[in-house]
Amino acid sequence: MQRTDSQAAVTALGAVAPITSHAAAAPRASAQSAMLRIVKYILMDILRNKIVLGYTLFLLAVTFGLFNLSDNPAKGLISLLNILLIFTPLVSLVFSTIYFYNSYEFIELLAAQPLRRSVILWSQYLGLGIALSLATGVGVGVPLLIWSGLGGTGLLLLFITIVLSWVFVAIALLASVMTRDKAKGIGVALLLWFYFSLLYDAIVLLLMFSFNDYPLEKAMLALVSLNPIDLGRVIMLLQMDVSALMGYTGAIFREFLGTIWGMVYAGAILCCWIAIPLSLSFYIFKRKDF
Amino acid sequence: MRVSFLFFSFLLLSLQTLQANILHVGQGQVFQQIRPALAAAQAHDTLLVHAGFYQEGNLEIDRPLTLLGMDYPILDGGRQFEVLTIKSSDVCIRGFQIQYSGRMATIDLAGIKVLAVNRIRIEDNRVYQCYFGIYLSGAQDCVVRANDVHGTPLEEQNTGNGIHLWKCERARIEWNYLAGHRDGIYFEFVTDSKINNNFSENNIRYGLHFMFSHKDHYLDNRFRSNGAGVAVMYSREVQMHRNLFEYNWGSAAYGLLLKDISDSQIEHNRFEHNTAGIYLEGASRIRVLNNDFLENGWALRVQASCDANVFRENNFVANSFDVATNGHLVLNEFNGNYWDKYEGYDLNHDQVGDVPFRPVSLYAVVVEQMPYGLMLMRSFMVYLLDKAEKIVPSLTPEKLQDEAPLMNPLQRTAD
Repeated sequence: MQRTDSQAAVTALGAVAPITSHAAAAPRASAQSAMLRIVKYILMDILRNKIVLGYTLFLLAVTFGLFNLSDNPAKGLISLLNILLIFTPLVSLVFSTIYFYNSYEFIELLAAQPLRRSVILWSQYLGLGIALSLATGVGVGVPLLIWSGLGGTGLLLLFITIVLSWVFVAIALLASVMTRDKAKGIGVALLLWFYFSLLYDAIVLLLMFSFNDYPLEKAMLALVSLNPIDLGRVIMLLQMDVSALMGYTGAIFREFLGTIWGMVYAGAILCCWIAIPLSLSFYIFKRKDF
Repeated sequence: MRVSFLFFSFLLLSLQTLQANILHVGQGQVFQQIRPALAAAQAHDTLLVHAGFYQEGNLEIDRPLTLLGMDYPILDGGRQFEVLTIKSSDVCIRGFQIQYSGRMATIDLAGIKVLAVNRIRIEDNRVYQCYFGIYLSGAQDCVVRANDVHGTPLEEQNTGNGIHLWKCERARIEWNYLAGHRDGIYFEFVTDSKINNNFSENNIRYGLHFMFSHKDHYLDNRFRSNGAGVAVMYSREVQMHRNLFEYNWGSAAYGLLLKDISDSQIEHNRFEHNTAGIYLEGASRIRVLNNDFLENGWALRVQASCDANVFRENNFVANSFDVATNGHLVLNEFNGNYWDKYEGYDLNHDQVGDVPFRPVSLYAVVVEQMPYGLMLMRSFMVYLLDKAEKIVPSLTPEKLQDEAPLMNPLQRTAD
């Protein structure tokens, strides 16, 4: 990971001093332009970083490989879904956490400037989110464009993956601002990934077994909403017409999530999954004593 | 003696042919309409109907006649009548376009109806937008061949069947195309019959539906995108060979639904993209051999009420679930199939895997009990659990296994 030397950062930014002079005159406009500049700086810093490039290449290789291996693009899409649902959250969480801790000095430097704390965190979030979205867009979008002509399902998969990146960057920020200890922060991020990818489904399975005697269809719908990964997977599977296997449950799911309103609902839930961790981390970050 | 008998009968036959007249029907012909021609015709005459539009209500054929259409003359029921009703044996109907029969809740109005007579041939007709298409009741030794029957379905109760047979024997239904009806082909109490090379698609209920129909042969048919696939109920000694069941996809759709069937053979069929390839309930002594199951939701759903069925030399490829069952008792035999999910090894290179394969996955069992469990489909957790269960079976029926799974898919020769 590239270390951000605070001195170099200031020279690289070059604009921190002017920002301060503007800040008093037009706080809103300058806050925005300051944020833009910081986002740009963070973005360049991340893109120079080999990790995101590696992630992009990995996605490219996986997507190309899967479409090459399976004779049927629909099957390739399903395998891709499986892999993306595991790796996107993992990479988003771990990379964001590590990046946040590595740029701690830079953040401290920015905090010393007359900048609002929210501007600092927003620029971190946007920088990370945009970088990972770019990686997904290139790594998954380009092969999809070549192989399946980026039809409705392919586009949806790309969209879900990008939204999941944003969700898990938000969750990673929450994990990072909660503690100063890098090891602890990364540990929390990994645990969260473990929870969302594995533990949650196991708990759902357990609930299913325990409350087998009750009609659980509606409850399942609620449980799906409580895990962004599950929500993404179910939306994808419904599009791929796996719902035919589900009988009555499938009918309920399809009736609910398959319609425009269902899509709006799913979108709203995913937005909540961004908004809630993000606002929590803002709350903590604003009160943080560096 | 025998030669003279043959000669005599030949003479008699040719005499009969000489007697038979050809009656021309059409614009500028002896008969302008079909009804007077039918009235004037002698037994064994031929009515040659020229191209045109004939709307004459219900036409009844009460003597052995041959009706030939030239360039598909149109017989129109005006959405009110049954078009042709055959009440005499030895009638042949060929080359007509029969359309717009009436629809009625009390009487099954049809494009062509055959009532309690024998040796009828219905060939090369187009039956469009009729309530029931071709309807045979109490008829024996009939042939329904190369007809194009299609309609526009309404709700299930207001739509008739494409080819409907009730209480028939030795019927031959072949090379027909059926679409947009309730059931493409419907059989009830039809025995010793042969159904081959038909193509039935987009019917709102079943592509083929038969009940209490024993000793029938179903060969080389194709059933595609029907509301619920093909249903076979309460029959025995049925032969189903080389049929194609595909794209029967929906929450209550089956490629082939078997209910209370016994002593039958299902061989060399292909099941592709069905919610369930074959669903067996109360099925006994059925031999399912040499079939291909590709990309189905469930390849086989074997209810615990099935016994002594044999599944051998089938290919199971890319199905979401290979086999699902609702019980622990295993009374069926699985042997020598190819399963693409098999992960065993073959040390002696005899192309047969050295460890048995259990086609019922843990997750399939879970889903069978709790359909909403499908929410977790393709979850990483489910994958891990399936792996664990494969090593130490606890919930899945331990006895349900293929002792000799094949390492490579069976190649099908002539298709």
